[in-house]
Amino acid sequence: MTTTDHRPGSEGGTDESGQLHGGPDDDYTPTQLAAMDRTELDRLGARYDGVEVLHVDPVPAPGSPLDRKNTRQVTLWFALAGLFALAFLVVYAGSGWFLPDWEWEIGASTWSSIYTPLLGATMGASLICIGIGLVLYVKKLLPHETAVQDKHDGSHFDRVTTGATLMSGLHNSGLPRRKILAGTLGVMGAAFGAMLIAPLGGLIKNPNKGNPLGTTPWAEGVRLLRDDGTPIRPGDQQVGSLATVFPGVEGGDRAYDAAVMLIRLRPDQLETLVPAEGRADFGYGDYVAYSKVCTHAGCPVSLYEQETSRILCPCHQSQFDVTAGARPIFGPATRSLPQLPLALDDEGYFMARGDFPEPVGPSFWNIGRID
Amino acid sequence: MAATTVPGPGPGQPTTLVGKAAFEVDDRLIVAGPVRRTLNKVFPDHWSFLLGEIALYSFIILLLSGTYLTFFFDASMREITYDGSYAALRGVDMSAAYESTLNISFDVRGGLFIRQMHHWAALLFVASIVVHLLRIFFTGAFRRPRETNWFIGVALLVLAMLEGFAGYTLPDDLLSGTGLRIFSAVFLSIPVIGTWVYFTVFGGDFPGELIIGRLYILHVLIIPAILLALIALHLLILVKQKHTQFPGAGRTEHNVVGNRLFPTFAVKATALLFIVFGLCAALGGLVQINPIWLIGPYNPAQVSAGSQPDWYIGFVDGGSRIFPPWEIDLWGYHIPPVLWGALGIPGVFFTLLALYPVIERKLTGDTASHHLLQRPRDVPVRTSLGAMAITAYVVLWISGGNDVIAEKFDISLNAMTWAGRIGFLVLPPIAYWATYRLCLGLERHDREVLEHGIETGVIRRLPSGEFIEVHQPLGPVDEHGHGQLAYGGASVPKKMNQVGGARRAVKGFFSPLEVPAEVQQQAELEARGLESEQAARQLTGSGRPSEGGRPSEGGKPQQEPRV
Repeated sequence: MTTTDHRPGSEGGTDESGQLHGGPDDDYTPTQLAAMDRTELDRLGARYDGVEVLHVDPVPAPGSPLDRKNTRQVTLWFALAGLFALAFLVVYAGSGWFLPDWEWEIGASTWSSIYTPLLGATMGASLICIGIGLVLYVKKLLPHETAVQDKHDGSHFDRVTTGATLMSGLHNSGLPRRKILAGTLGVMGAAFGAMLIAPLGGLIKNPNKGNPLGTTPWAEGVRLLRDDGTPIRPGDQQVGSLATVFPGVEGGDRAYDAAVMLIRLRPDQLETLVPAEGRADFGYGDYVAYSKVCTHAGCPVSLYEQETSRILCPCHQSQFDVTAGARPIFGPATRSLPQLPLALDDEGYFMARGDFPEPVGPSFWNIGRID
Repeated sequence: MAATTVPGPGPGQPTTLVGKAAFEVDDRLIVAGPVRRTLNKVFPDHWSFLLGEIALYSFIILLLSGTYLTFFFDASMREITYDGSYAALRGVDMSAAYESTLNISFDVRGGLFIRQMHHWAALLFVASIVVHLLRIFFTGAFRRPRETNWFIGVALLVLAMLEGFAGYTLPDDLLSGTGLRIFSAVFLSIPVIGTWVYFTVFGGDFPGELIIGRLYILHVLIIPAILLALIALHLLILVKQKHTQFPGAGRTEHNVVGNRLFPTFAVKATALLFIVFGLCAALGGLVQINPIWLIGPYNPAQVSAGSQPDWYIGFVDGGSRIFPPWEIDLWGYHIPPVLWGALGIPGVFFTLLALYPVIERKLTGDTASHHLLQRPRDVPVRTSLGAMAITAYVVLWISGGNDVIAEKFDISLNAMTWAGRIGFLVLPPIAYWATYRLCLGLERHDREVLEHGIETGVIRRLPSGEFIEVHQPLGPVDEHGHGQLAYGGASVPKKMNQVGGARRAVKGFFSPLEVPAEVQQQAELEARGLESEQAARQLTGSGRPSEGGRPSEGGKPQQEPRV
């Protein structure tokens, strides 16, 4: 089919459309094509696409018992899918209308607790029924066709001609010849690229200003508070137990690096206590206090096994010995948990004598070297 | 006269309304050719080619359900006190992100269902990418010319893992917050620039006020956009290069045998989409996942025992758990061990994975283009390397849950850690050796069946009193009774039923729907190729050339017994 347009007044030949896009219309006239049946046309088109249909397994004859059974089966699955979709709609929209409310409350054991499962079951069943119906459609109602398609390697002609087009464009631009222009373009490109990403510099923060990694809210005179905000006196805590305490400053209980484990040692633990070098006076009586932030990856080390004097980090199983200055004795941690120097304030409550002597939490490149 | 209208009805002109409409469209867009080429495209018919599709469909589910979730989620770390409908957390301080996730779970009609479906689809997304990757690896589908698509695939896997991590961190619950804290330690451990990276990512010291918002835009815009672009590229290259296929009758390096896109493949693919979608929906409704209201809001001073990340991050966690406490001290500068466990092992792993096509090409010197797949047994070295990598991965992955295993099975936690350390070094070489032997054994068995035929299970007694088992040759045999078929890289039938030892069953579950005699007749009519030849053959002969009963020509008994 062509639409030809002979423009009046145009010179130099007729203004006719060329061959249509990709069509072998010269080989087959409309009359020839009209004489072919649908299957022939399908196979003809496929051949032009490099596809040959090798073999078709026929479907059961229309109206045969097998055909009727197959059709029934496929229909049934689609009908089921529709029913489940309806059921979903009923559950979704009907809850709180003609069905009980869907909002779940603690202790509720009826409709509201099966609301979400019902949504999942009905939608899932509906979608899976559609899927099964489609699979059975292919397997039982469509003829099984085996086709083969040719695969072509790259064309040498295409490569050579495309290369020539590109190279002649480059040649005409004269860039290989105009060295200074080309060089300027290169430098400009680099500067332009840098300019585009430069605003991301706003993301960068200096980690060395004020040593934020080496300091915590703890300072001299800061009280140790329980998570309910009450201060602690020696003797408040059971022998052998561990309590998590926070610095008595604004936001101290939310600071990621401030949580401290206050441990009251048993007498036998006290006998075997070997404080870290130069930290013999960090404890107070039978109390010692260590940072709760693991020196491996920063999780709170929370599990205290007092029979073995070990603190276990639940994230990567580093274990620290509280009778040996919280030295790591198993797992991937390499540094001891920093110890908080303890003292009593005027009212007899626990307070810190200063910040931790070293950074809490995970190690980093220049740990201990930031001032 | 100029023609001012399209020609009226002529030969081949459409007469139906749809036909006319189609002609009108093609007059304007000229798409009939490309559409026909697309409809005619042939796809190989093998289940393993659907694995990548599962990944594609779970991604579609993720886009749909994720968009829904953004209508309700508030990616803010603003501190508020909860006063919602979940009574157990009323009065608890939490971030707006956590509160809005609670609201999605309890106050949005069907919100919990969509949220859980999203999470399940994410787990399935990464899992199907991994399984798809293993199929590509073990069949050699990554070889030239498909290296580019392999690189894109590995990039997609890494991005999918990051996307998943960013996603499960968004609710700002205690579990994901702990995971984020570990991530921060990994940033911090990078030599030289670690503290700068850490401060840049969090906008200051951990956790700051920005990270949830930043992860949110990564999760809903930046990474999905890259994923979408890479998936589009992945599929474009796939269509351009056409599929690989397993070797078999009529299959060559220069063709694809299978089903045309329309209608068979399109319907099958749509069916799979619905089944994957249905599975995610059923899981999302029926199987609880990430119940953040039980875990509680993030608090840096708290942690739950038995904290586990989503499955695809487990091996990173396992690496950090079993890596020994080796802190490198370089003149007062430190490289902490968490760098190796959490960044080093996965880094080496993914680099080797991405470069594998290049490595194999260097090792084998095979630079040719391949469109026919290999059976894993036929490439024992690659298969064994794959088994080795899987073993190392599984050891790390199990180590990622070693505390849970230690608790459930009452094993010492330290023993589990040591088992992981030793297992990571010892088990992969064992896996390599065992897989190599297995491949050789399977290869030899294939050759044996090709040479001596299939064991029929038919025992014959010879006049001499000797018992022998009759073997069914698969093709023509030489004068010694040995099969002459060469191994073609395809599956070798090893059971009589695979070569027509049994007829097709008559259809019908409760009562036969077909007449058995007709089925038989039809089978004979349709029979073609080797199968029918085998089916028609008598199982006779002793299997010995000296007995003369051994089939030699096309497996048929000879006219004259050989002396």
